[in-house]
Amino acid sequence: MRTLFDKLWDAHVVLTREDGASLLWVDRHYVHEGSHHAFAKLAERGLAVAEPALTIGVADHYVPTRRRAGITDPDIARMVATLEGNAATHGLRLFGLADPRQGIVHVTGPEQGLTLPGMLVVCGDSHTSTHGALGAYGFGIGATEVAHVLATQTVWQKKPARMRLSFHGTAAPGVGAKDMALHWIAALGADGARGHAVEYAGPAVRALSVEGRLTLCNLSIEGGARCGMVGPDAVLIDWLRGRPHAPADFDRAAESWADLASDTGAEFDREESIDMGAVAPVVTWGTSPEDALPITGTVPDPARAPEGRAARIAEALEYMGLRPGQKLTDVAVDQVFIGSCTNARIEDLRAAAAVIAGLRAKVPGMVSPGSSLVKAQAEAEGLDRVFTEAGLDWVDSGCSMCVGMNGDLVAPGKRCASSTNRNFRGRQGPGARTHLMSPAMVAAAAVTGHLTDVRPLLQGRA
Amino acid sequence: MTGWSHYRGVAVGLAAENIDTDQLIPARFMSAPRSAGYGQFLLHDLRGPDFPLDAPEAEGASILIAGRNFGSGSSREAAVYALVDAGYRVVVAPSFGDIFASNAVNNGLLPARTDTAALLAVMPATLIVDLSAQTITGAGLALEFDIDPVWKTKLIKGWDDIDMTASHRAQIDTFAAQRRKQAPWIWDTAEDTTAPGAGTNPAGGR
Ligand code: SF4
Repeated sequence: MRTLFDKLWDAHVVLTREDGASLLWVDRHYVHEGSHHAFAKLAERGLAVAEPALTIGVADHYVPTRRRAGITDPDIARMVATLEGNAATHGLRLFGLADPRQGIVHVTGPEQGLTLPGMLVVCGDSHTSTHGALGAYGFGIGATEVAHVLATQTVWQKKPARMRLSFHGTAAPGVGAKDMALHWIAALGADGARGHAVEYAGPAVRALSVEGRLTLCNLSIEGGARCGMVGPDAVLIDWLRGRPHAPADFDRAAESWADLASDTGAEFDREESIDMGAVAPVVTWGTSPEDALPITGTVPDPARAPEGRAARIAEALEYMGLRPGQKLTDVAVDQVFIGSCTNARIEDLRAAAAVIAGLRAKVPGMVSPGSSLVKAQAEAEGLDRVFTEAGLDWVDSGCSMCVGMNGDLVAPGKRCASSTNRNFRGRQGPGARTHLMSPAMVAAAAVTGHLTDVRPLLQGRA
Repeated sequence: MTGWSHYRGVAVGLAAENIDTDQLIPARFMSAPRSAGYGQFLLHDLRGPDFPLDAPEAEGASILIAGRNFGSGSSREAAVYALVDAGYRVVVAPSFGDIFASNAVNNGLLPARTDTAALLAVMPATLIVDLSAQTITGAGLALEFDIDPVWKTKLIKGWDDIDMTASHRAQIDTFAAQRRKQAPWIWDTAEDTTAPGAGTNPAGGR
């Protein structure tokens, strides 16, 4: 009896050394502008890309989200051009800046059907865990490893321990995948799942759409996990059918994917469970994703914190400009951002639009769709007008303000309600104060100007 | 990369938890080529008058002692480049981000796992790190640390993965041929395999 992870692992082991390290075959390798270090290493050694057909380039980390035609910043223009050059040199398929399918790598790959169940997926980006939502083994790697995968189509790994994280019960209205993720990370800690391959299970996970599962798996890394995954089911198969790169003989492939699910009675090294009754809309108050609380809560008081935690809480509050005991709903925000590979798929934009429709945002903000196709679809549904009529900027797709590499930054000391994945100090710009939350909660913050429980706002809205 | 097993150097303490990769190197510096030297970017936005790494006694420090969950966050290897280029050879912390630790080893930087409360209390100090014995001694302390045995060997021998993997070429080729039979669709990436219009709902949602 094997778990989903065991099956994925076994299917990719080329060999295992005596010391326990295994050489794993890579089915999909996504590269982006930030992969320049790895291409430079390859060039230094005069090596070629081993499997160009399995290596896919996506322009996302540095791309501008406005006025894309002529990039004015020379550094950014160079980053985008370097990726194009490397893709051309090595004969890689590229979703470049001008491609209508361009988007954030972890949105575009699944959307195109390039990531499929049973695959081993790597990328020089830690949120590669996202791809696990499709029953794949996806994990982020560093530049040295990227160079290794380019040269050999394999990666050395030691098998992580297996953990099952079950969500029991059903999600209350206004509670979604982002809340589930931040809830478990707060419960177990930002290193709570370190060294583990996490399989998300239970009725509340089954009930999630594929978009929701992508969000849940995306945040695995914020809880320290090596990867996160959900067993393939009918919901996933339906979602994949008809995708541009879905297998020509789809039914045959789908049959093989059905066997991937963890066997009944398969053993995990660790079991954790979360009761959905305890999961409310969540926001972060500090500088680590583990600093998350229900929106109904209050900012923690270092004086009452357990010893060892107090100093870190005090530092986080100072950076964030918050007072102990302050109600989270009293925290005013300066701006909002909806975007990133965590929460900028079509369903996320619909959820945010449902909250904001017909209202004006009290603070400025940006909405950057997860891919150019998501953008097109949102426009076809009229969501762009919902956002722009509310006063928010509707911009092109890219990593944007999730990481600020393209110049989309939160100014020092400014507070941003953000649908992204990291509230680290300076993540959205030097001195920026980030509060993580679901896209619906970001929309709620936009229309009220402070952190807000989205649930009352959903009354009477679809 | 050259291997090593014994190291003596000045250690400096950074008594904070969750020193993530965005703090180790802010994103805006990462477009620079490595040849530019990444040491100047290390912990750039945390630096200030009282920053422990800039204290006069920390001059020439090459061992960093830190709190839990060091290097959490992103896969950016630039975080390791910043440490290595600033002269660091060892980081000691109770736990590390997994990808950071593996990147560290790939650059000859030892991520030594052990409780650091006692060490942090005596920083800065000169310490001796024995990788073979997995011990840290100095400043009146003697501690053992954990390191994955695979990584330990790699650091001691200074192994390069690409060279090592090259010796398994034949096995990789055999594996690839099997994989192609088992799941041929993996290679169908050049052209859209479905008829035009079949991907009419590519952005998802039902
Ligand atoms: S959106 Fe953010 S987390 Fe996602 S790939 Fe881009 S930088 Fe990484």
